[in-house]
Amino acid sequence: MKTKFKKILILGSGALKIGQAGEFDYSGSQAIKVFKEEGIKTVLINPNIATIQTSKELADTVYFLPVTLEFVTQVIKKERPDGLVLSFGGQTALNCGMELFKKKILQEYNVEVLGTPVSAIILTEDRKKFAHHLQSIHVSTPASFAVRTVEEGQKRAQEIGYPVMIRAGFSLGGQKSGVAFTEKEYKEIASDALAFSPQILVEKYLHHFKEIEYEVVRDQYDNCVTVCNMENMDPLGIHTGESIVVAPSQTLTNYEYHELRRLSIQIVRSLGIVGECNVQFALNPHPKKNSFEYYVIEVNARLSRSSALASKATGYPLAYVGAKLILGYALNEIQNQVTKTTQSYFEPALDYIVVKIPRWDMDKFKGTTEKIGSAMKSVGEVMAIGRNFEEAIQKGIRMLDIGVSGVTDTSKTPAELNIKTHIKQANSKRIFFLIKALQQGVSVHSLYKLCGIDPWFLDRLKVLVDEENMLIKNKTLDKQSIGSLKKIGFSDKRIGEIVGKSELEIRVLRKSFGVIPSIFQIDTLAGEVPAKTNYLYMTYGGSHNDVVPLGKKGILVLGSGPYRIGSSVEFDWTCVNSSLALKKYNKQSIIVNCNPETVSTDYDMSDRLYFEELSFERVADIYEFEGSESVILSVGGQTPNNIAQKVHAYNIPILGTSAEDIDRAEDRNKFSQLLDSLDIKQPQWNSFEDMKSALSFAQTVGYPVLIRPSYVLSGAAMNLCYNEQDLKHFIQKATDINKKHPVMISKFISNAREVEFDGIAQKGEVKVHVIANHIEHAGVHSGDATIVYPAERVRYHSGARMIEIASQLAKALHITGPFNIQFMVKDNIVYVIEMNLRSSRTFPFVSKVTGVNFAEVLVDSFFGKAKTYTIPYPKFVAVKAPQFSFSRMESADPVLRVEMSSTGEVACFGDTAEEAYLKSIISTGFSLREKTALITVGGEENKLRFAESVWRLKNLGFKLFATQNTHLFLKSKGVKTTRVAKVYEKKNPNVVDLIKSHKVSLVINLSEDYQNGSLYKKEGTDGYLIRRATIDNNIPLITDLNAARLFVKAIDKYELEDLQIKSWNEYL
Amino acid sequence: MKGHLIFSDGTIIEGASFGAETSIAGEIAFSTSMMGYPESLTDPSYKGQILTLSYPIVGSYGVPKRETWESGKIQVSGLIVSQYIDTPSHFQSSMSLSQWLKSEHIPALEISDTRFIVKKIRDEGATLVKIEFGEKIDFIDPNKENLVAQVSTQKIETIGKGKKKVVLIDCGVKDNIVRELVKRNVTIIRVPWDCDFIEEGIQCDGVLVSNGPGDPKMADKTIEIVKKILALKIPLFGICLGNQILALASGGDTYKLAFGHRGQNQPCSLVGSKTCYITTQNHGFAIGKIPPGFKPWFINCNDGTNEGIIHKTLPFMSVQFHPEAAPGPVDTSWLFDQFISML
Repeated sequence: MKTKFKKILILGSGALKIGQAGEFDYSGSQAIKVFKEEGIKTVLINPNIATIQTSKELADTVYFLPVTLEFVTQVIKKERPDGLVLSFGGQTALNCGMELFKKKILQEYNVEVLGTPVSAIILTEDRKKFAHHLQSIHVSTPASFAVRTVEEGQKRAQEIGYPVMIRAGFSLGGQKSGVAFTEKEYKEIASDALAFSPQILVEKYLHHFKEIEYEVVRDQYDNCVTVCNMENMDPLGIHTGESIVVAPSQTLTNYEYHELRRLSIQIVRSLGIVGECNVQFALNPHPKKNSFEYYVIEVNARLSRSSALASKATGYPLAYVGAKLILGYALNEIQNQVTKTTQSYFEPALDYIVVKIPRWDMDKFKGTTEKIGSAMKSVGEVMAIGRNFEEAIQKGIRMLDIGVSGVTDTSKTPAELNIKTHIKQANSKRIFFLIKALQQGVSVHSLYKLCGIDPWFLDRLKVLVDEENMLIKNKTLDKQSIGSLKKIGFSDKRIGEIVGKSELEIRVLRKSFGVIPSIFQIDTLAGEVPAKTNYLYMTYGGSHNDVVPLGKKGILVLGSGPYRIGSSVEFDWTCVNSSLALKKYNKQSIIVNCNPETVSTDYDMSDRLYFEELSFERVADIYEFEGSESVILSVGGQTPNNIAQKVHAYNIPILGTSAEDIDRAEDRNKFSQLLDSLDIKQPQWNSFEDMKSALSFAQTVGYPVLIRPSYVLSGAAMNLCYNEQDLKHFIQKATDINKKHPVMISKFISNAREVEFDGIAQKGEVKVHVIANHIEHAGVHSGDATIVYPAERVRYHSGARMIEIASQLAKALHITGPFNIQFMVKDNIVYVIEMNLRSSRTFPFVSKVTGVNFAEVLVDSFFGKAKTYTIPYPKFVAVKAPQFSFSRMESADPVLRVEMSSTGEVACFGDTAEEAYLKSIISTGFSLREKTALITVGGEENKLRFAESVWRLKNLGFKLFATQNTHLFLKSKGVKTTRVAKVYEKKNPNVVDLIKSHKVSLVINLSEDYQNGSLYKKEGTDGYLIRRATIDNNIPLITDLNAARLFVKAIDKYELEDLQIKSWNEYL
Repeated sequence: MKGHLIFSDGTIIEGASFGAETSIAGEIAFSTSMMGYPESLTDPSYKGQILTLSYPIVGSYGVPKRETWESGKIQVSGLIVSQYIDTPSHFQSSMSLSQWLKSEHIPALEISDTRFIVKKIRDEGATLVKIEFGEKIDFIDPNKENLVAQVSTQKIETIGKGKKKVVLIDCGVKDNIVRELVKRNVTIIRVPWDCDFIEEGIQCDGVLVSNGPGDPKMADKTIEIVKKILALKIPLFGICLGNQILALASGGDTYKLAFGHRGQNQPCSLVGSKTCYITTQNHGFAIGKIPPGFKPWFINCNDGTNEGIIHKTLPFMSVQFHPEAAPGPVDTSWLFDQFISML
């Protein structure tokens, strides 16, 4: 053994949020594996229950607790680890580590930080000191000034000259930063940023510079390698997380590449980093006098999103190696996990190109702009591998799962009159606007002038437009023409769309010509030596295969694709666990996925990994090549489920419930008939092809009603309508309404309890089930709801009815495998809202709170071997709470509704729901600075139901503020509050000023239902202004009545010190 | 236009031409370098070889001016890439790769599965190939020719004005070796590979034996000259071919590697330490028997083969990799400093 450490504490990154996502599950899991390999005891703190790192098989002890100074200190006190690891938990872990260090907790308990010294981390995090450090080693940085006030920065901005870049210190993902071209813009951005951070940076803005990144690892013997370099397609000014990125760089000469490499290594050495570090450069594409002009933009002294990408792009297991390094290994003492024949001191050679594309979900945030810039807004990403850029970017665009068949498919791009504006101002659909411009004959040069994207990339896009135009013109498909279209990434579907044939017809035709993709290995050495890797991709840039088929032992397991709102790490957990469970049945797992942040795309999670599209075309290609037995579609969320019918029609066997039965549950008409035939209640609903019948239906059942398009386009939202006006508005918005795409309207039952039912059945018989209830009433999307296990709020009678219904449905649909039912209970009557015949978002949660691994049971059920489980009533309560990223979505209304908007989740345990809830919300960043609160309650019923809670707050010593009506109401109940003016009263200070000046530490804003539910005409109302100001000033906000009541009860019952520090093992 | 890459075993692969449509024969080689094609193409070590680049996208930044080349012209006999980019984008680009190849009469083919070619060379060793455009030509084995003689300078030339004098024996030297020496302020006397400068009375403080193409044993005259230098105990530094020549001149031996080293990512460790370097390499032969009086200096971290030798007591040393980089990482440029300090 290499190390003196006996017990290591690892800090996780908590809930997934914008700027900090699944990549830290990947890196933390790898690190834990390494420590275990070395025989070191591991303790993990991470409240993110959906992660793989919080599995029984990984860390010895897991605490589902907030990664904050107080909780981590308590865990240290209890566990007494001798080592602490900060570099695998993102900015969350790093920030917490710095606090522990500064408060001398580490010193007090004799805990040593492994790897990069904390002093170096602190240096890289303080922009001013860091810039100074870089200058001292003769590395260029852009003119930059750290300031603490808006005024001070204004002077500096004048000195530097506009445009200037403004950034907040100590933030992740470039939060609260931006480019100001004028003084007015400067003031806006600077005051915003200063609300979040005590220090901002005003910097020279490097207009249209190239942005280049290097991933460096260093061992304690001062050996360094750059694992990968990457070039952002979008020029500087667009956050690297928001950019399309390629690896390796394409437009750098040998000199530029190696100078930047040398500088990266110099920086890393100067900081004494042990482990991984990321260095970002700006490079002038047109320097004066042929010189070499670069600036260092940022250094991250930890594993980052870019490292996860670099790792998956090259096959170099950065996190694994990083963990070995902090234990004291030299790079050349660590075996290359991919080749198994070489070691880890080398720089991967790629014989392919990788393209990363961010996935945005801006349409889910009403009110937010589609603009992108120096702050991160994307919620996930995909990585595509090809033998040329054209092939890779086309794959990547399809991997986003946004309903387009390739880059040239602009059918989902708004028909904007002024394309140029949308090219100049970067936005989430810019690539499609570029295509449109090229289609209209705009030159590459003028596009470059507008957007600063290097002509190299624009020329590649032009190739795609030109080739497509050729096909549109002559429409002939022979071996030659299909072959060259496939080589540059055109899908069968796209070719079919152009020549007027179906996807399947094109498939048959190209196969008849022998045009099929090759299977290549990612071997880290570009084929120079033979490698034993199972990491694969497919390309038309080949004429041979690197591997031979696995045959009938192989089973395809489809992953979830890019993380996005509604599909995240929880599906990766199920995918990975299912893949591992196949071993028991002597099967070989073949994972297909395209998300570099996942654990499922790690080299050691499957027998074969195809880093590939989750499209029908590609799944069929893999299935045919491998000669596999069957495919599993039910463990990766909705994306793989969506191709079930096509896969079935193509005669590929699906494990578990049949495609016909999946359709019977997913087709609302069929499902509704099924419920009727079984005498199971559902809210009244119907589908409509015209406005008139829709309005008359709503009239009959009574408002509110829930409207949704049956054919769910990306971003096509569900909405609640409280009156005819609302309904008309949303029907008109659903432009696609017609016979083929009717809208669904169902009666919405107010104040009903919503319940999650997760189960696994085998041949129609339920083998295991779990019931958990929502805190919020029905009407809040289940992904945004606070969920409690055990379902304390479900009465025995209702629970029994749910089990009965589930059994009936399992039988009727012949379910084998996972399913999830959402129930609603009102006045003791149980209704079915929805059913999915796939594993749900709550699978990892229910597995971890019950101790029954649902992923394993579902695989058992596929092979007819599932046992019947009876889960005893637990001695604890677990609460799962959502994590929102509203602060990143400028002007979005931070309110809960029928459409999901949370980006992640956490779950904590407690003796009571209140204890678990408090731990959970603290985990999502909730902290009460002082006992001051603003309370605004809309509606008489809300006021009455919340009155008791306000009393409790008062008794707890809270200083309360309220707007006019709430103030008067509370006064009548004998609670004194300070009245504050609403914005429209035009008095100063008003409620927004109160929030901005941080005079309150908590805002409880309860609108009337219709205000909450209804979406349009929102901006500008007082409720919106209050909520937005609260989020923008980083103050905790509660907008749901039930959640607010639970919160007050919880803080009434518990002080921070009362919350127990108990590990998962101690609860289960 | 289409051309064909024909292997001596009968394998024929069709490709689209983007260079001169001149049929040519040679030996096939590959490099896994991801950038630096102008440097590679002008590297005299590739003389007589048809180079396959494993990185699939080539031509992206065009062709820079002469100052960054490694010699005055393209040295490879032919070029094979997966995708050729005809729309270069770089402020230093003066022409496209295709224009350059055509102007220097070098054939080049776009063959999408270059990975197949790399694996074939890896498994079967460097074999004879030809690129044909319609006409039939014969295979030619460049190893039977004295390639060093073809690429070496013809005349003695003095470069720089430093105090110390270094004789550079040019077996096909890369320009960046010259640049690295000039940077360190020495006077370079560049001599042909077979020039017995001692006989000619040229005085010097040290000798650098350069890189070069082909089989070291073909450079018999250089080996003889090096023997004299060693006898006179003049400080000597050998690079690549120079490394093999030093070994042969001092009683060591070379052998053919199972898998050659061809790229910019070759890890070498300094013997007796934990220090490692990433290096550029391009060789299929390595030192087997360490010459008497010498000890291993560097070894390859991947396959453990020798990457350099150093004399136990005398100022003789050589490395198999390229400390001058170009293309490649500059990790080992300190070797030039060490050489200068020995003068």
